[in-house]
Amino acid sequence: MSGKTFREKMTPYTFVLPALILLFAFSIIPIFIALIISFTGLDITGLGDLSQLHFIGLGNYKQLFQDSAFIQSILNTGYYVIIGVPLVVVLSLAAAIMINFGQNKFFKLMRLIFYTPSITNTVAVAVVWTYMYNPSTGLVNDMLSKIGIAPIGWLTDPNTAKISLIILAVWKAVGLNMLIFLAALQGVPRSLYEAAELDGANWWKQTLHITIPSLGFSIFFVTVTTLIGWFQFFDEPFVMTKGGPLNSTNSVALFVYQNGFQNSNFGYAAAGSFIMFAAIVVATMIQFKLQRKQQGK
Amino acid sequence: MNSEVRETSKQSKVIVGAILAIWGFLTILPFLWMFLSSFKTNAEISQMTQNFLPHHWTLQNYQNLFVSGNFGQYLKNTLIITACSFLGLFFNAMAGYGFAKFHFKGHNVLFLAVLSTMMIPGQVTMIPVYLILNQMKLTNTLLGIILPGLAGAFAIFLFRQFMSNISDSILEAARLDGASEWYIFWHIIIPISRPVLAVQGILTFIGGWNAFLWPLIVASDQKYYTLSVGLQLLQGQHTTDYGLQMAGSSFMVIPIIIIFLIFQKYILQGFNVQSDK
Repeated sequence: MSGKTFREKMTPYTFVLPALILLFAFSIIPIFIALIISFTGLDITGLGDLSQLHFIGLGNYKQLFQDSAFIQSILNTGYYVIIGVPLVVVLSLAAAIMINFGQNKFFKLMRLIFYTPSITNTVAVAVVWTYMYNPSTGLVNDMLSKIGIAPIGWLTDPNTAKISLIILAVWKAVGLNMLIFLAALQGVPRSLYEAAELDGANWWKQTLHITIPSLGFSIFFVTVTTLIGWFQFFDEPFVMTKGGPLNSTNSVALFVYQNGFQNSNFGYAAAGSFIMFAAIVVATMIQFKLQRKQQGK
Repeated sequence: MNSEVRETSKQSKVIVGAILAIWGFLTILPFLWMFLSSFKTNAEISQMTQNFLPHHWTLQNYQNLFVSGNFGQYLKNTLIITACSFLGLFFNAMAGYGFAKFHFKGHNVLFLAVLSTMMIPGQVTMIPVYLILNQMKLTNTLLGIILPGLAGAFAIFLFRQFMSNISDSILEAARLDGASEWYIFWHIIIPISRPVLAVQGILTFIGGWNAFLWPLIVASDQKYYTLSVGLQLLQGQHTTDYGLQMAGSSFMVIPIIIIFLIFQKYILQGFNVQSDK
C-alpha cells in the first residue's frame, strides 16, 4: 500500500472532485449560509452592502410563529402530508399489484400510461388542470354535470382547493412509485406463492401475507421520498392558486419563496425554510425508527 | 379443480383489467384534453357545452406561441440548458466510479455527505445559492441557471450501485497491462455502464427540459426564460386564452412523451431500489 505514488493516491479524487465541488458549493455550504442568514435581517439593502447586515438572534423565528400566514402554511402542508402520502403509497401499490397481474400487451400498455404523468412538466400539467378545473368551461365540471352534480369551484373554494391540488399531485406521483413497487414485486420468489397456493391461501391472503411483507423496503423507500416531496410541495400551488384563495393552499415552500424572492426578506425566508427542514428531518427519522422496529420483529 | 382455478384467475384478470382500463383512461384524459383543446379556436373553447374533438381544427394557437409568446427564445434556452446538464451527468458517472472502485481517505465521509444532500430541500438552499450566484455575478445568466443543478446525489448513488457490481478482476487485468485509470474509465467502465447511462441520460434530458425552480429564480430577464417559466408567464398574461395555454403545454409535454415512448424499455427498468439491502 505504501508503494503508491502521490499520483496514484490522487487519482480517486480526480474522479469524485468535480461532482463534489458542485455539491459542496450548491448544497452543503448553502445550508450553513442559510442557517447564518436566518439569524439576520438580510433584505434587499443588505444584498447590495453586506456591512448593513445585522444579527437579530432568534427574531425571525419568533416572528414566524406569530405570523398567521406562516401558521396557515404549516397547517396546509400538514394537511397535504397527511392526506397525500397515504394516498400516493396505497394507490401506487394498488396499481403495481394490478399491473403485475398480467404480462400481456394490455398490462404493459397500462404501465406506460400510468407512468406518463410522472415525466411531464409540472407547470404544463398544472396549466392543463387549471383549465380542467375551470368552474364554467372546465372538463371536470362538464363531466360531473352529465351525472347531475352541481358545479364545484375547484380552485376558488377555500375548502376544496387543497383537495384539487392533491388530486393533481397524486395523479402525477403514482407512476414513478408504481414502477418502484413493480420492480420489487418481480423480486418476490415465486416459490412463496406456490407454497401458499398449496396451503389453500386465496389471492387476498397471498397479497396480505406474502406480497406486502416482501415489499417492506420499497414501501419504506416510497413513504420517505413521498413524505419529503409533500413537505416541499411548491409547483402546483405556485402555478395554480398562488397560495390562495385566502391562503388556503399556501405551503411552507411557497411561503419561503414568496418572502424570499417576492418580498426580498431573505433572513425571514431562510428561517422559515429551516423550520421546514427540521420537520423533514424529524419525520424521516421517525420513519427510520419505525422501519427498524419492524425489521427487529 | 385445476380448471376451476384457471377459471377464477381468468375472471379476476378481466375484473382487474377493467379497473385498470378505467383508471388508465382517467390518467391520460388530461393529456388528450390538452392536445385536442390546443387545436380549438377560442370561440369554441369558451362555449358552455364542450366537444371532445375540435369543430374546426386550427394551428393558430401554436403560431401565436412563437409570434407573440416568444417560445422560440424559450426553446433555445431550454435546449442549451438541457445540453449542458449532460456535463453534469458525466461528472456524476465519474463520481459514481470513484466511490465504487477506489478506497481513499475520506471515502465514507464524503459519500455520506453526497447522500445527505438528497435530504436537503431545495427551498433551504435556494436563498443562499441565489446569494452565492449573486456574488459571482451569475444571476440572470444561463450559467447561473445551469450550475446549481449540475451534480446530483441520486444519480451518483445509482452509478455507484451499478459500478460496484463490475468485476474487479477486469480492472486489475487492465492495470497490469499498463492502462491508466482514465483509460480504464473511458474504455471499460463507460461501455459496461451503458444501461445505467441510458437511464440517466434520458432522466437528465427530462430533468433539463422540465427544470422550473432555478430558471424562475435566476432569470429575471425574459430572454433567459426557459419553456416552463415562459409557460407560467403566458398563463399569467393570457388568463382566459386556454387554447394558447394548451398549445404551450402540449409543446412542453408531447416531445417528452415521444422520447419516453422511444426509450421506455430503458426507463422502466431503472427503478429497482429493493435489491440494495
